[in-house]
Amino acid sequence: MSFLQNSLPYILAGISVGGQYALIAIGYTMVYGILRLINFAHGDVFMAAGMFMVFLSASLPLGVAVPLVLLLTVLLGFLIERAAYKPLRSAPRMSVMISAIGVSYLLQNCALYFTGGLAKVYPQLPWLSDTVTILGAVTKRVTLITPILTLVLVIGLSLFIRYTKVGMAMRAVSKDFETARLMGIKVNSVISTTFIIGSLLAAVGSLLYFTNYASVTPTSGGMPGLKCFVAAVFGGIGSIPGAVIGAFIIGICENIIKGLGWTTFSDAFTFALLIVILLVKPTGLFGEKATDKV
Amino acid sequence: MKKVLALVLACVMVFALAACGGSGKSSADTVTIGVFEPASGDNGAGGKQETLGVQYANSVQPTVEIGGKTYNVVVKYVDNESSNDKAPSAAAELVNAGCSIVLGSYGSGVSIAGGPTFEAAGIPAVGITCTNPQVTEGNTYYFRICFLDPFQGTVLANYAFNELGVTKAYCLNKLGDDYSGGLVKYFIDAFEGLGGECVHEEFPDGNSDFTSYVANAKAADCGVFFSPVSTEAAQLIIDQVVAQGASFPLLAGDTWDSNVILQAAKGKDVQVTVTTFYPEGADANFDSSIKAWINGDSTNLANNGGDDTVAAVTAMGYDAYFFALAAMQKAGSTEPAKVMAALWDTEINGVTGPIALDKTNGDAIRNTAFVKQADTATGTWIALDPVTVG
Repeated sequence: MSFLQNSLPYILAGISVGGQYALIAIGYTMVYGILRLINFAHGDVFMAAGMFMVFLSASLPLGVAVPLVLLLTVLLGFLIERAAYKPLRSAPRMSVMISAIGVSYLLQNCALYFTGGLAKVYPQLPWLSDTVTILGAVTKRVTLITPILTLVLVIGLSLFIRYTKVGMAMRAVSKDFETARLMGIKVNSVISTTFIIGSLLAAVGSLLYFTNYASVTPTSGGMPGLKCFVAAVFGGIGSIPGAVIGAFIIGICENIIKGLGWTTFSDAFTFALLIVILLVKPTGLFGEKATDKV
Repeated sequence: MKKVLALVLACVMVFALAACGGSGKSSADTVTIGVFEPASGDNGAGGKQETLGVQYANSVQPTVEIGGKTYNVVVKYVDNESSNDKAPSAAAELVNAGCSIVLGSYGSGVSIAGGPTFEAAGIPAVGITCTNPQVTEGNTYYFRICFLDPFQGTVLANYAFNELGVTKAYCLNKLGDDYSGGLVKYFIDAFEGLGGECVHEEFPDGNSDFTSYVANAKAADCGVFFSPVSTEAAQLIIDQVVAQGASFPLLAGDTWDSNVILQAAKGKDVQVTVTTFYPEGADANFDSSIKAWINGDSTNLANNGGDDTVAAVTAMGYDAYFFALAAMQKAGSTEPAKVMAALWDTEINGVTGPIALDKTNGDAIRNTAFVKQADTATGTWIALDPVTVG
C-alpha cells in the first residue's frame, strides 16, 4: 500500500502528461502520413493556443474564450498550411521542411513580441483546476480527465478515418498521393482537413497541458513539441495508435525516472530512446504496416 | 521573373531594417552607461525590474558633472535574453556603443558569460544583483554592489534550521544554471554544517513539469523546499506545491523577491519566505516617488509586472546608477580605465544601505540580508527581522 501511495503521484503525472503528448503527437504523425512532412511548427501552434487562451480569457468569459481558442488555433493551422506549405507542394521536400522551421521561429518570435518575453500565467479553468485526492495522492482533476479525453478523441478520430468519406480520402492520399489525385480526390482540401484536425487536437492538448503547468512562454512549445515528435517516431511515424502509445510510454517513463531520483536524466532518456528506436526498429513500433498510414 | 521579384522583396526588407538602425548620434558632451540585462527568457521579468531602477534613477538625475563639465547621461540597454550563449554578443554591443561603465546583469550565469568581453575591452562592469562568487573572481573588471551566495546560503540555512526548526531540506536547482546551482551548493554546505540533511535534485532547461520534484520532496519527508530558481519556474513550483497539498514552506533567495511570486501565491495555502536586498518600506521617500513614476507610465507598469510593488532589484538598480555616477565623478573622467581605477574607492549611501567595495575582488562589503514572507491573503510582502552575519 505504501509503495502504491509513493509511486502513484508519478504514475498519475506520467499518464496525464502522456495524454497531452499524445494529442500533439497525432498532429505530427497525421501530417507526416499525408505529406511526408515533419511539421516543425506544430509545437508552436500548441504554444500559440496557450497564448490565445491567456489573452482571450483576460477580456472574455471562459465559456466564450475556450471555443474561440479552438477556432483560432484551427484557423492558424489552416493558414500556415495555405501560406507556407501549399505553394511549395511541387518543391523538393527539403524546402517544405525549411519553410516549417521558418514558421516555427516566426511564431515564437511573434509570441516574444506580444508578451515582451515574459511568462504569462495561464487562467485557472474551474472544475479542471480543482484539486482531488485519489488513494492519498493529491493532484488536479485535469490529471484524471486527460487520459479519458485523449482516448475518447483518439477513438473518435479512428472512426472518422475509417468510416467517413473524408477519412477514406485521407487514407487514399496517404497511400498514394498522385493516384489519389488522378482518381478525383481533392488533395488540397484533404490536406487542409488534416491540418485542421491536428491543430484542433493541439489546442485541446494545450488546454489540458497548461491547466496543469500554468505558465506560457514563447518557447513553451519547444520541449513538448520535440518530445511529441519523438513519441510519433517511437510509435512509427504515420500511425495514429503508434503515436498515442509512444506518447504514453514517454510520459510515464519520464516521470518514473524523475521519481527514481535521476531527475537530471529525464530528458536525456527521451532522446536516447529516440536513437535506440531508430537503430533497432527504424520504422517504429507500428510503422511497418504500409496500409496503416494516417 | 519570379527570381527578380524575390530579389527585389529581399532588398526592400534589408533596406527597411537598415533604415531602423541608422538613427543619428547625439551631441558631443554625453557619457554612456551600458545596461546589460535580460528582457526576455527565464529571467526577463527580473531583468526588467532591475532595468526599471536604472531608468528611474536616470529620470531623477539625467546629467552628471565630471571634472567641472556637465555631461548628459545616455543609457544604452541591451537584452542578453537570459542566455549564456547570447550574453557575449550582447556585451559586445555595449562595448561597440562606447560605454564608460556597464551595469548588470540580473542572473549570475550571463554575467559570468559576458565578463570576458568587458575585460578584453577594458570596460568596468558593476554587477547589481548577481550573487555568484565567480562573477568577480579572477575578473578585475567585474565589480558588484550586492551580497554573495556563500553569505546568502548561510543566512537561508540558518533560517531553515533555527527559525523553521527543520532538519531535512529539499533543494532544487536548474541544471547548468550558475545562480541557482551555486546558491543551492552553499545552502547545503551550511545546512549540513548545522547538522541537517539535504535531498538535492536538478531539473533540465525547458522543464515545466514539476509534479515529480514536489512528489519527491513529499516522499522524502522534507521539512522545507529550497528552490532559488527563476521566477518562471517558481510560478510552476508554487502551483504544483499547492496542487499536491504539500505542507512544507518554500524558501528561496533574492530572485523570488518579485511580485510575480506574490501573484502566484496570492489566495493559496502556501508559505513563501525569501532573503533579499531591500525591503519595501525601508525608505518611504524612495518608495513613494518610484511608485508614482511607475504608475505614471503604462510601459513601466507592465515591466514591473502590472502593479507598483517595489522589488529589491529595482532599488538595487537605482543604487547602481548612482554608484556608477559617483565612480565617474571620482575618476574625473569618462575613460573606462580611469573609471575602473576609481571604482575601488567609490562609496555611496544608497537606499539599500551604504555601498563600498572590498579590495580583493571588488565585491560589496555587506553583512545584512533582509527576510520577507509572502502574505498570501493580500499579496504583499511582510518584512521579518533582517539577519546579520559576521
